[in-house]
Amino acid sequence: MLFLKLILRNALRHKLRSVLTVAGVAVAIVAFGLLRTLIGVWYLGVEGSSATRLVTRNSISLIFPLPISYLERIRQVPGVAEVTYGNWFGGIYIDRKNFFANFAVNADHYLDLYPEFVVPPEELAAFRRDRRGAIAGENLAAKFGWKVGDPIVLTGTIFPGQWNLVLRGIYRGARPNTDRNQFFLHWDYVNETLKQTTPRRADQVGFYVIGVKRPEEAPATAAAIDRSFTNSLAETLTETEKAFQLGFVAMTGAIVTAIRIVSYMVIVIIMVVTANTMAMTARERLAEYATLKTLGFGGGHLALAIFGESLSIALCGAGLGILLTYPAADFIASALKQFFPAFHIAPSTLWLDLGAALLIGLVGGIFPTWRAVTGNIVDGLRRIG
Amino acid sequence: MSEEPTPLVSIRNLSKSYWRGSQQVPVLEGINLEIPQGEFLALMGPSGSGKSTLLNLIAGLDQPDAGELQVGGIEISRLAEGDLARWRASHVGFIFQFYNLLPVLTAFENVELPLLLSPLKRRDRRDHVALALQLVGLADRMDHYPGQLSGGQQQRVAIARALITDPTILVADEPTGDLDRDSAQEILDLVGRLNGEFGKTVIMVTHDPRAAETARVIRHLDKGVLTDVVP
Repeated sequence: MLFLKLILRNALRHKLRSVLTVAGVAVAIVAFGLLRTLIGVWYLGVEGSSATRLVTRNSISLIFPLPISYLERIRQVPGVAEVTYGNWFGGIYIDRKNFFANFAVNADHYLDLYPEFVVPPEELAAFRRDRRGAIAGENLAAKFGWKVGDPIVLTGTIFPGQWNLVLRGIYRGARPNTDRNQFFLHWDYVNETLKQTTPRRADQVGFYVIGVKRPEEAPATAAAIDRSFTNSLAETLTETEKAFQLGFVAMTGAIVTAIRIVSYMVIVIIMVVTANTMAMTARERLAEYATLKTLGFGGGHLALAIFGESLSIALCGAGLGILLTYPAADFIASALKQFFPAFHIAPSTLWLDLGAALLIGLVGGIFPTWRAVTGNIVDGLRRIG
Repeated sequence: MSEEPTPLVSIRNLSKSYWRGSQQVPVLEGINLEIPQGEFLALMGPSGSGKSTLLNLIAGLDQPDAGELQVGGIEISRLAEGDLARWRASHVGFIFQFYNLLPVLTAFENVELPLLLSPLKRRDRRDHVALALQLVGLADRMDHYPGQLSGGQQQRVAIARALITDPTILVADEPTGDLDRDSAQEILDLVGRLNGEFGKTVIMVTHDPRAAETARVIRHLDKGVLTDVVP
């Protein structure tokens, strides 16, 4: 108990120094937590992917289409429960800066494969009835102030022209990490228009989404689908939705790596700052450590005193940082919701925060402890006066 | 035929030198000294004569280069660091010139500190500390921090801390060096009482002839050599 008092009182001995160090650790923990959350957001599509969904695309590249005629052949492959399709539409709403993901999809079945997109039944029915109907995620609708029944005009980039749509439904997310920023329109509407304007591009899809009967059948089913189209004009590549999403993440892998490195650098910097603070503190207390050694206290006690002080400062900073991370994440989530479908702090991030704080505290205590333990008692006592 | 009592401290041909860069500087050379149980010895000598070094060696804070150094029959120069620390904790009470109290602990807590290494329970520790502070006349200052006490009071807290484990020897390095005349006299009286009434063996290093007069025996060190005995 007395030793605990000694540790805590020493930690508060230079209040300004301690407060600044705690604040520094807190800021680092906030930055670390937000960067780790950002990396988590990057993998949100991967995390949200279903184990029972496969994605089939052209084996050359995603930008090459597949014929719509593959639909029935895929449906016949053993293990396939459902199959639907869609195209990346790439439409722009008013201005390029209003970017959001929009897909032309099979209106009758596409959302059946995505139970995480929850649409009221009457709105879903209205969407299916109207060739020009569209469905938007709740965050996207909120961002642009859309209501059901509002006309929406998209300017096509991949499919040129003005696309006059009517919002027939707004979906909400079944899970906290569900992307609420997507937009769906009818593939049939796009296809019929293409038949009139550029017939050679009609009857093609960007990807098929396949629901398998059992997750364990997914690899065999994917292989069977691709075998069906071997030596065809458009060979396929079928992979799990997770692998498909990871493929997208891999395209931006350098950015993710850079964010990850920055998050570690933040911790390394505060580690050095804390170590410096603790080194200064220990240097000022060498005589006190020498006194403790004179009284018979050994290296273990000195290590307890120094690591205890270093860890208490680091953990105070971590606690404060974790508390501040929540409002900071909420602010980012509301300010940048069009870019981040969800910006929630995962429990694993909190564990990483605590791990980082422990590391900061331990590293901060190593050098001062070594110096205090190995220092000569007589030299230490001479530092008084 | 009467048998000579075994001395508490027995030093034979003790030598110690320090390195200043590449140069070896001898501090103590061939010291022979015996200190009986219950003695009050003052070590005097000019600066650099080696008196503090001798005191540190007797107290187990430093190790000699050569010679034998027995305290209470234990050859402390051969003890490993951990054993030496344990030996110090139970056999030596330290009184420093600048008190060496921990500023974040109260007088009570400073005195209690050495008892953390003993098997005593908290309640027993508190009783011991209260008694020690009463002995040095600071029962009413036990909750004060060192910064709230005068120099003399701080030195009395340090004496209480030195006594608390009931050590075999009290070593005092210039215990009055930082005090005014009245406070110094109080401290010397207290140390004298500990020797006279409680039979504590005291070894004190001092520059001050008045302080040395409190001791029963005065030994002079000059250039690392013990020169005389003054009864």
